[in-house]
Amino acid sequence: MGVRRAQPWPIRVAHLVNIVAFVMMMTSGLQILRAYPYFGPQGETWTWVPLQGWDSPEWLRSGGWLAGARHLHFAWMWVFMANGAFYVGYLVKSGELRRRMFWPPRDTRPAVRQLLRYLKIRKDSEPVNLYNGLQRAAYTGAIALGLLEVLSGLAIWKPVTLHRICWLMGGYDSARVIHFLALLGLMLFVVVHVVLVAVHWRQAPHIVTGGPKETTKETKETTKETMNETPQEETKP
Amino acid sequence: MRRRDAFRLIAGLPLVACDTTRPNRGPLHFVERANKRIESILLSDYEPEAGAITPPMAFPSYHVAPAVPIMPKDWSLQVGGMVSRPLKLSMEEIMKLPSKTLRIQHFCVEGWSATAEWTGVPLSAIAERAGAQDVDYVEFRSFDVPRNSTRGYWSSWDRDSAMHPQTILAYGMNGKLLHPMYGAPLRLYGAVKLGYKYVKYLTEINFLESETGGYWEDAGYEWFAGV
Repeated sequence: MGVRRAQPWPIRVAHLVNIVAFVMMMTSGLQILRAYPYFGPQGETWTWVPLQGWDSPEWLRSGGWLAGARHLHFAWMWVFMANGAFYVGYLVKSGELRRRMFWPPRDTRPAVRQLLRYLKIRKDSEPVNLYNGLQRAAYTGAIALGLLEVLSGLAIWKPVTLHRICWLMGGYDSARVIHFLALLGLMLFVVVHVVLVAVHWRQAPHIVTGGPKETTKETKETTKETMNETPQEETKP
Repeated sequence: MRRRDAFRLIAGLPLVACDTTRPNRGPLHFVERANKRIESILLSDYEPEAGAITPPMAFPSYHVAPAVPIMPKDWSLQVGGMVSRPLKLSMEEIMKLPSKTLRIQHFCVEGWSATAEWTGVPLSAIAERAGAQDVDYVEFRSFDVPRNSTRGYWSSWDRDSAMHPQTILAYGMNGKLLHPMYGAPLRLYGAVKLGYKYVKYLTEINFLESETGGYWEDAGYEWFAGV
């Protein structure tokens, strides 16, 4: 018998570090963008990219000026990347990946059903294994966007020395668009995430405390999904 | 450490690193130095080739002097510092040297890019002519002098970037002689740095044993500024 919490400690630590690192990257990034808030090479502005010429509010920015924000961005990027690598590495190694990642054959239908519930079209409920399909889709999407941010960011940072990554992102100006659109996606994720955490406030502290202890059978049965959102009774040996 | 202290530490971290008005000291400068090492490791002799040329009027230009700096009548390029044969070259002499034409994408620190074709003499050839010693830094000075100052725009480079095969002293842009808006008669150009490292309106090149900062670098922008 093994005892685990809903949110194991590496996930809690990575989540807390990520709050700081993401806020620093987002705010310094928006300060950098403000120096030239347009997309496409000089002489052909890509008008299809949203929010061009955006004068972002001061509370969404950090670093004060272009050089200051660049230094923040190029310092915190190491924290952001190392923490992301630690998190994904832990998910893979611990097997948490199965419970948290969106796996289309398993999660597509539950995700659609959950979406219909949010839209008040369905009124039923179903047992959930830590996260429902829609949550898995959102969390997997956020990680994919994070990876895209890293790749497009490296392409902008070193378009010549890291020219292979830059090519993969469709060139420098295209990488800049990807870097910005992925940020908008992550900002949307954060807003929805925070709203839903506020709605389900009873579970919110789990990301700090780890949540109630659950028991798992350390036999072949662990591969079967035995963990529910509600804590199971601890069975004494 | 109590849990509450740990949270305070995490919350305080960004503030500690936050003296962004003076990024050339403190923790941010520490990370910049580490990044500089990474950037110089990433640097290679890879020679990029850019795509379509930016329409001439759309290529931004700037200078720090209040008006477009115009070449002095007695202009010459001085090559000095740790060299065995200090040089004083006229435009005629420079244009007689073997030249290169390169199509290069320009990356500005602000985030925009633009492309042009540049013609000039490889800096490595000038270094060879002057018998430059194997020093770590190369400094570039100009006659682009800001108001209330006697010191012209300048920058200093690491030697590896300066000796990159595409680093040239350019006098031609898009098949024409360089216009005063873009640094006539002679400017530094290349493929491995951000725009502000390419000193225009050149007067002096010095091979040095120590790094001498730069106009924007001393204000707080990154010194290495590789791309």
